[in-house]
Amino acid sequence: MAGNNMTSTEYIQHHLQNMTFGLHPESGWSMAHSAADAKAMGFWAIHVDTMLWSIGLGVVFLWLFRSVAKRASTGVPTGLQNFVEMMVEFVDGSVRETFHGKSRLIAPLSLTIFCWIFLMNIMDLVPVDFLPMLAQKVGAWFGADPAHVYFKVVPTTDINATLGMSLSVFALILFYSIRSKGLSGFIAELTLHPFNTPNKFAQILLIPVNLLLELVTLLAKPVSLALRLFGNLYAGELIFILIAMVGLWQLPLHFPWAVFHILIITLQAFIFMMLTIVYLSMATEEQH
Amino acid sequence: MNLNLTLIGQAIAFAVFVWFCMKYVWPPVMQALQERQKKIADGLDAASRATRDLELAQEKADETLRESKEQAQQILEQANKRANQIVEEARDNARAEGERLIAGARSEIDQEINRAKEELRAQVSLLAVAGAERILESSIDEAKHRELVDKLAAEL
Repeated sequence: MAGNNMTSTEYIQHHLQNMTFGLHPESGWSMAHSAADAKAMGFWAIHVDTMLWSIGLGVVFLWLFRSVAKRASTGVPTGLQNFVEMMVEFVDGSVRETFHGKSRLIAPLSLTIFCWIFLMNIMDLVPVDFLPMLAQKVGAWFGADPAHVYFKVVPTTDINATLGMSLSVFALILFYSIRSKGLSGFIAELTLHPFNTPNKFAQILLIPVNLLLELVTLLAKPVSLALRLFGNLYAGELIFILIAMVGLWQLPLHFPWAVFHILIITLQAFIFMMLTIVYLSMATEEQH
Repeated sequence: MNLNLTLIGQAIAFAVFVWFCMKYVWPPVMQALQERQKKIADGLDAASRATRDLELAQEKADETLRESKEQAQQILEQANKRANQIVEEARDNARAEGERLIAGARSEIDQEINRAKEELRAQVSLLAVAGAERILESSIDEAKHRELVDKLAAEL
């Protein structure tokens, strides 16, 4: 437990607070010293830990795959190349099964989603106090009050990270919809379904109903995508934190939860990837 | 759970990663995979072709072997036939030669017999004459009785 004089609530809150840098109404551009500070910054703030870890892990992923891609041989593959090829074939297979259009973007997009989310999720398996403690020591060395150094290592437990990705996917859904059906086709899809009638007058009456239903369907996609990943990982992280508070008993508890969490980590990465493919394939294909 | 600039930062990072992956990671790996796939397919193709060639060659070898066996059999049969023929011919020749020899011998014997008969005849007449001379002692007219004796000798 970090800081022996903390109450349980403080401990949990401390762990769930991002390291935030932003425009504070009183002290200007600065690090947030508390959750209240971070809240006061509003939109004009950035979670330094989330950005750091997600970009770092993304770079690790790309560096790993790029180093293999550069010396990819057509001969007998070895070690790392085997692994990379396995991943690529797995993603390629999933995309081919689900997405029937032709696109150079979908497959690399899916690979990036799967690997990146997997790497971000797997940070959850690092003991919850380990990296924050390290950050506090580094913070103290820089002259900051250790109690005010917040550090969250799992980027996917930050709604900003998951929503950032799902909104990008949403933008792609819109782009593909309009590209394959045209703007009028897309609008028709939003307004003429699911209730359709040959009677022109009745149809006009039905348009608002259709629009409402279809807009909810459309907007539910990015929101559910982001919240599903965020919720799963946030809950998992919270349980790790709770386990970390029970003292010595945390060892037998931590292990089974970590093992179980490996499943969640992989599954959530896979689900995010699969749903992205499905949504994009729905966007490109003619509906109904 | 504050929504803030991180959202935009994440979206940008995501876009950059996807772009990088699409540009520098996916194509080379995919290309390597496809090339290897082609190579393996070619290899398998060549292997199956070689197997087929081998089968063909074996078939051909079998055919040739059977043909040569047949030929050998034929030659053997011919040789046997020829041998029999030669033996038969030799036998015929031998028989003919034997018969010829026998005929020659027989004719010689006949000649000998004839000659002996002639001699005998000549001698018989002489002997008869001499015997008669001795019996009759000079009572016989040699010229008169010679004719008689010769007639007698000719009847032998």
